[in-house]
Amino acid sequence: MTETKTPERAQPEAITAVPVRHPGRWVAIVVLAIVAAMFVHMLLTNDAFQWQFMFDNMFRPPVLQGVRTSLTLTVLSMVIGVALGVVIAMMRLSPNPVLSGGAWLYTWFFRAVPRIVLLILFGNLGILYGSYGFGLPFDRQLGDLVGIDLNARLFSLDARTILTGFMAGLLGLALSEAAYMAEIVRAGMKAVDPGQQEAAHALGMGRGPTLRRIVLPQAMRVIVPPTGNETIAMLKDTSLVAFVPVTNELFYQLQAIGARTFQVFPMLVAACLWYLALTSVLMVGQFYVERYFSKGFGTGQEKARAQAENVAHGH
Amino acid sequence: MAAGSPLLQMERVNKHFGDLHVLQDVDLEVDPGEVVVVVGPSGSGKSTLCRTINRLEPIDDGVIRLEGRPLPDEGRALARLRSDVGMVFQQFNLFAHKSVLDNVTLGPIKVRGQSRSEAERRARELLARVGVENQAHKLPAQLSGGQQQRVAIARALAMDPKLLLFDEPTSALDPEMINEVLDVMRDLAAAGMTMIVISHEMGFARSAANRVVFMDGGRILEAAPPEEFFASPRTERAKDFLSKIISH
Ligand SMILES: Nc1ncnc2c1ncn2[C@@H]1O[C@H](COP(=O)(O)OP(=O)(O)OP(=O)(O)O)[C@@H](O)[C@H]1O
Ligand SMILES: [Mg+2]
Repeated sequence: MTETKTPERAQPEAITAVPVRHPGRWVAIVVLAIVAAMFVHMLLTNDAFQWQFMFDNMFRPPVLQGVRTSLTLTVLSMVIGVALGVVIAMMRLSPNPVLSGGAWLYTWFFRAVPRIVLLILFGNLGILYGSYGFGLPFDRQLGDLVGIDLNARLFSLDARTILTGFMAGLLGLALSEAAYMAEIVRAGMKAVDPGQQEAAHALGMGRGPTLRRIVLPQAMRVIVPPTGNETIAMLKDTSLVAFVPVTNELFYQLQAIGARTFQVFPMLVAACLWYLALTSVLMVGQFYVERYFSKGFGTGQEKARAQAENVAHGH
Repeated sequence: MAAGSPLLQMERVNKHFGDLHVLQDVDLEVDPGEVVVVVGPSGSGKSTLCRTINRLEPIDDGVIRLEGRPLPDEGRALARLRSDVGMVFQQFNLFAHKSVLDNVTLGPIKVRGQSRSEAERRARELLARVGVENQAHKLPAQLSGGQQQRVAIARALAMDPKLLLFDEPTSALDPEMINEVLDVMRDLAAAGMTMIVISHEMGFARSAANRVVFMDGGRILEAAPPEEFFASPRTERAKDFLSKIISH
């Protein structure tokens, strides 16, 4: 197409920009403003909140100790959960049917049982055995079989010493987290182009080194965003160990103050504020970690997909 | 290995994918220093043939020998076999998270146990040989397809393979990059590297191949020197195939 030459080029008319009107938006803003004002009014005037009481009590030493316990639980159960999850994911992808079957069973069990049930169950494991021994498995039975009094326990511990509330809570959270992490890691490893594994095999690298050096590092950018969300979810779920019970944990402590002083409601609000504050800090951390891992790779689309996967997988 | 005996022997090799009989009684011998170009219609089993040679695909029946020894089934022996047989893929398959240099040194360091300095010195030599020496610190995604494939060739060469397999090394490349890769392959052929190349680049086959092998329906139907194969194919299938690829 050729442009026809006009002897006098007409000046284009100045564009009169009319902003697009959004009347609906204004209505919504007004409605939201009214709702917010009502909410603030209620916060300030309703006596049930007991703000002064709440602020006086939400920073007491046992509560701060509770914050520490909850953070420790979060970190430890995530570390164990991620490590175990990687192992289970590798087992799940193994050609050996015993390994992959075992891994499947594990994830099935720990994803199917609600965390709260699991935690209370772990809190009551002391009922099963008075003591837990470490040594040759089935030593007594083996000894009976050959007719000698064999005791190959290397050492044994009273159930109440190892399965303190804290340990039971940690074990419950970590084992259940491992199941979710295994699924995340597996999804990440499957997202890596199979040609990468083939090329590594063709160089003569075995299965283990190939997974460790080639597949896992490339799976990281898929694994990291949902792992951040898992960490935040874990921090919230540490409140569940109050039912194990773990007595020096944040939620338990706040509730205890509420129960003792008959001021239950302000302490529940305090719990909300504490968890809001702590998870917000984690979210900031998550932002920077994700930005680091998507460097050089990240198209926004992929990140969005990973996040959508994670939302879909919710507990 | 006695002088004059073949480097690779395949005898009555059979392979199925479920009901599909992809390789049917395949016999093939490749002598040291020989360059064999494999041609044939899509789905005829060329890639599968190539992949059975370093056992990326197991076979159901028959024997494959490298230097007279049957291919090991698994474990360390299999890893050693694979490290002796280099493979270059259609999609390059460079390790996406590693620099060009690390791609080339990974095998020598982790599989051959070379020191990093030794492996890097050799890698730089090889990168220079394929003409990408100044890209050593880039990630694969920052290179053109032709450069990536040349790095992939350097990666395979770094293992000092006895045999190099190429599965359509130029099919994923833009036309202007095909020759830079073929030139590298011609140099290798001239330097005496034993190669099995799946490729429909007739110019390469004519200039570099000792033999052209024609496959169809999982069978090797013809094997002849290139001038003979292209000038007077013996089977109807081969004639038909050649008329199709030459017509456009
Ligand atoms: N892993 C697999 N599982 C099942 N079928 C397969 C598998 N790999 C290949 N096939 C089938 O085996 C046949 C031969 O495939 P192959 O890749 O060896 O052919 P090819 O000659 O390399 O073809 P092309 O020129 O298209 O690359 C095809 O019909 C293909 O669909
Ligand atoms: Mg193919």
